[in-house]
Amino acid sequence: MKDEVITREERVANLKGMGCSRKRVEDARFTQGKGNYVDDIKLDGMLFGDFVRSPYAHAKITNIDTAAALEVPGVLAVLTAKDLEPLGLHWMPTLAGDKQMVLADGKVLFQGQEVAFVVAEDRYAAADGIEAVEVEYEELEVLIDPFKSMQSDVVLREDTVDENGKPMDGAHGPRTHHNHIFTWEAGDKDPTFEVIDSAEVVAEETMYYHRTHPCPLETCGCVASMDKVNGKLTLWGTFQAPHAIRTVVSLISGIEEHNIRVISPDIGGGFGNKVGAYPGYVCSVVASIVTGKPVKWIEDRMDNLMTTAFARDYWMKGRISATKDGKITGLHCHVTADHGGFDACADPTKFPAGFMNICTGSYDIPTAYLEVDGVYTNKAPGGVSYRCSFRVTEAVYFIERMIEVLAIELNMDAAELRRINFIKKEQFPYTAALGWEYDSGDYHTAWDKALKAVDYEGLRAEQAQRIEDFKAGKTRSLMGIGLSFFTEIVGAGPVKNCDILGLGMFDSCEIRIHPTGSAIARLGTISQGQGHATTFAQILASEIGLPADSITIEEGDTDTAPYGLGTYGSRSTPVAGAATAMAGRKIRAKAQMIAAYLLEVHDDDVEFDVDRFVVKGAPERFKTMKEIAFAAYNQAIPGIEPGLEAVSYYDPPNMTYPFGAYVCVMDIDVDTGVTDIRRFYALDDCGTRINPMVIEGQVHGGLTEALAVALGQEIAYDEMGNVKTGTLMDFFLPTAWEVPNYETDHTVTPSPHHPIGAKGVGESPHVGGVPCFSNAVQDAFRAFGLRHTNMPHDHWRIWKTANELGLHG
Amino acid sequence: MIPAAFEYYRPKDMAGVLSILEEHGDDARVMAGGHSLIPMMKLRMADVPHLIDLQDVGGLSDIEISNDTISIGAMVTQHAIIDHDGLAEAAPILREASLQIADPQVRYMGTVGGNVANGDPGNDMPGLMQCLDATFTVVGADGERRIPAREFYEAAYMTARDDEEVLTSVTIPRPSGGYAYEKQKRKIGDYATAAAAVQIVKEGGSCASAAIAMTNLSDTPIYSQSAAAALVGSSVDDAAISAAIDAMLGDIDPTEDNRGPVAFKKHVAGVILRRAIERAWSRA
Amino acid sequence: MSSKKHYSITVNGKQEEFLAEPRELLIYTLRERLNITGPHIGCETSHCGACTVTIDGKSVKACTMFVAQADGKYVTTIEGIGGLDDLHPLQNAFKEHHGLQCGYCTPGMITRATKLLEENPNPTEEEIRFGMAGNICRCTGYQNIVKSIQAAAAEMNAAKEAAE
Repeated sequence: MKDEVITREERVANLKGMGCSRKRVEDARFTQGKGNYVDDIKLDGMLFGDFVRSPYAHAKITNIDTAAALEVPGVLAVLTAKDLEPLGLHWMPTLAGDKQMVLADGKVLFQGQEVAFVVAEDRYAAADGIEAVEVEYEELEVLIDPFKSMQSDVVLREDTVDENGKPMDGAHGPRTHHNHIFTWEAGDKDPTFEVIDSAEVVAEETMYYHRTHPCPLETCGCVASMDKVNGKLTLWGTFQAPHAIRTVVSLISGIEEHNIRVISPDIGGGFGNKVGAYPGYVCSVVASIVTGKPVKWIEDRMDNLMTTAFARDYWMKGRISATKDGKITGLHCHVTADHGGFDACADPTKFPAGFMNICTGSYDIPTAYLEVDGVYTNKAPGGVSYRCSFRVTEAVYFIERMIEVLAIELNMDAAELRRINFIKKEQFPYTAALGWEYDSGDYHTAWDKALKAVDYEGLRAEQAQRIEDFKAGKTRSLMGIGLSFFTEIVGAGPVKNCDILGLGMFDSCEIRIHPTGSAIARLGTISQGQGHATTFAQILASEIGLPADSITIEEGDTDTAPYGLGTYGSRSTPVAGAATAMAGRKIRAKAQMIAAYLLEVHDDDVEFDVDRFVVKGAPERFKTMKEIAFAAYNQAIPGIEPGLEAVSYYDPPNMTYPFGAYVCVMDIDVDTGVTDIRRFYALDDCGTRINPMVIEGQVHGGLTEALAVALGQEIAYDEMGNVKTGTLMDFFLPTAWEVPNYETDHTVTPSPHHPIGAKGVGESPHVGGVPCFSNAVQDAFRAFGLRHTNMPHDHWRIWKTANELGLHG
Repeated sequence: MIPAAFEYYRPKDMAGVLSILEEHGDDARVMAGGHSLIPMMKLRMADVPHLIDLQDVGGLSDIEISNDTISIGAMVTQHAIIDHDGLAEAAPILREASLQIADPQVRYMGTVGGNVANGDPGNDMPGLMQCLDATFTVVGADGERRIPAREFYEAAYMTARDDEEVLTSVTIPRPSGGYAYEKQKRKIGDYATAAAAVQIVKEGGSCASAAIAMTNLSDTPIYSQSAAAALVGSSVDDAAISAAIDAMLGDIDPTEDNRGPVAFKKHVAGVILRRAIERAWSRA
Repeated sequence: MSSKKHYSITVNGKQEEFLAEPRELLIYTLRERLNITGPHIGCETSHCGACTVTIDGKSVKACTMFVAQADGKYVTTIEGIGGLDDLHPLQNAFKEHHGLQCGYCTPGMITRATKLLEENPNPTEEEIRFGMAGNICRCTGYQNIVKSIQAAAAEMNAAKEAAE
């Protein structure tokens, strides 16, 4: 037999299973321009819808006149809140337990808010129709600053106060002011304050993590098609969570869920932008029902930046205490969270501030207390996790800045301060002061490896020389060494504490093995560039012994895929990846029985070996998985159903906790504020590595988005609530020219509770990267007295820092 | 982003262009590469009922270099400037500056004429042309006029060109000496936070003549005669450069925008000019 | 609304004739009228390059050109650069070196890179980064895009040498 000349190593290699840098199966279509994104969809008679948007950040709407718009050739309908009200669709529930206007109901709360939906034969007529809609506004006082909002008499949301103007309770408990949304607490207040108040050393700092936006290259959009004859609604869209969208659409439209089919085609990047439900989706569905024709809605870039899904906007006030030799004893964090006009934060229901309570970071901090106040302002709603798990970027930025500030207070090296406070390897599983149970970690090993790789001591010596040269007038360039050590919390999550709109955050995989030994697996997640079709097939190949090349992975069609909560927060590998492995194991268990029958031995006498079951002690007697697959369909095996299929719904017992150690070396021109990233080293530990090539690609991308956020990317408003950064001229997306080469490295500390030990990696580089870039800037000025300065570190802000430190003479 | 509807014209000659301009007055505009105008039309910030595309008008894409002068047709693109070795030899600052404009795709479309004619204070070529003492040739119903670049810019988007005139070419006296175009920007594709164009002629160790122009630091490009004067006759030492910077700072009037506040822009303008002078001097 | 005019554009070697409003943007002509959906729309203000096509030998952002301007021109999109039977070395290299993730920027990126390599068959890393700076990618961080273009350049140069 030909098979006998193949070695075991060759059989392993043939599978292209876990651990190999398998080339991506998605790439053939993308490199040939044959991807299928939502704006590529073209249906017979398809109409185009687009919004009239508010030019004002806060205004009463006194009249909307659509008559002239309806006269524009090609315009078929103009929807306003009045049209949606009888359907109960003029407002919609948000993921955060609040509600949001679909179309302006008497007033607008942020610039760019959806006021009317023009439906036309094509996008040109829609654009002309928008120009012809006449809206009368009466401007109201604008509240942009959350602290002022909490002091203001102006009521932003009349629907949240009672007839006496008193704030009614919100989804997360009592509200202290009419513009207050919630207070959320974690940890022990009094003990923490006691520890801090009596500590030998306390460092305090206030930092603003500015508002930004995920800005995937493809904006949000959808095509809604109501088939009135069959009563079926099909909705294609840029959805990071297609099943959740189906359930939401059903709940708010009253269409039974089996009559709704949601399809996420190829998605041009998500980064959190495409998790939420937006007015465009609702209006497209309504317009399709009204007109009986398919309706497409696609955001333009300004719409995208101004209205759907901002990220961050956290004012964080911290106190950290330590002994005088640097052992941290307590941490207190207060956050004022600016949620804009509606609380549309995309977090698990019980976590209105996401997993901000991971803010004790990678450190063994015995006592901690966190409190978050959510506030309404006249800014766009959102609050998504931009390339991170829920609010984890904020948490890690906070602790990694507090560590640096404490190091200054202690006059200690920040690398050393981290080292003496890391949670030790033997402490895992480790329960943090704010409640999370970290699954596994080996921080000291990772840290030492990173510092050695960059020659940390050498860098500090070079920096010291540079400072001397600067003081002597020999150079105008300073050198910053940015450090960060992060622990992510991803893979939401256990159904017992994580749900979205009551839907438990499990995920799923369904596998069908075909008679000829190939397979299809469908998942509840949806790739937006992560390469699921490649990597999930690798997991399965290793689990079931069929080559990855023979396994099709399909996602995103709710009529065929099993229910799942989608892809965001690095949850695909930790949750759906686990479901895939578990479903694979069910296949393998049945295959074992079939193999035993075929080999005429007891079930326990065969064992799995790469791509086959062999008789224990007699490796020449075996049945390959391919043979077993065929037998499953052509033999009547007593006591075993025909076929070879399995499904797994996986409810993870815990989150996973990837971690990493990053170092950035940066030169800063003190006179112009221009930064030059000379070196960036990233060590990631994401547990078991499924595809090193894909992991490296994720790290490069996440770091680049981190660079952008740290060095210039922001959604900025003026005092009137106008967005100042609405196009890519002003909203910073770095080009190849602004981005350095990265050095990547890794350690492997598998997750003990995950079936294959994988932890997820897509978001780690962003979470760890932002503080690393920021710390590099801040570190450059440490010798001149800087404690903290806020991001984004664009040229003028760095210049301002230098100027305030007296470095311009 | 969809522009309002318009009538489109692609005349074959300048007479055709002028007659459309005459007929429609303010309602008509000429377009070269379109990379300034089209985004404005798409954002509906520019209303152009009659759009005249110059691409078929002959004779606007030539680069001519003689012993004394360089003539660049209005439709010559930044890409063509970068690509032209003779031009790079005759006036190397043109290539150095063009490489700092926008990005490769935009430079294939962006033209000299469009860049200098529309009066956008963010554009790089107006200051560059002031530094080089260029003359713009415009043509209208009454024939041709020649306007010095240093007298062309009146305010943002306001120039000495009448609405019914078309800029056809740029003529530059062949520069000599050292040169530098120094630009600080936030990223590729951005306008300048501050930019400086400098030409310096050196004779016997001292500065015989100089020209300095600054970009995006006022509502027009700033040709700073006083800054140049501070250099002339000096050995371009620290004191002279500082004097030039002080003089330049007296001429510019930046406003705050996303690139930063006024104090920052002034500071950067000084740094950029210092670097440009030093580099130009080292090449002189 | 202005009336529709007759236009003729040769796209990927095929002459296309149709009536359209002059204000129609070339990117929509390609995507919606001619069903050539490889080029994408990312920013609409000529910053991102997702819509990059080649027109008469120039890399152009098709979101910033009216169909009327493109009348009579020769346009090449990713679909004309290589297909199943004749993949361009860049298309192979992007796959081989993981030069893409979500794929949205990829058609514009590869289309631009063909022109870059035509003008500079042996670019340095710096020249690639500068020459590709009109195309934004949100996923890859560019490092593997640079690697892909270098690999394709090497392959194309080797093939040229072998042919000589």
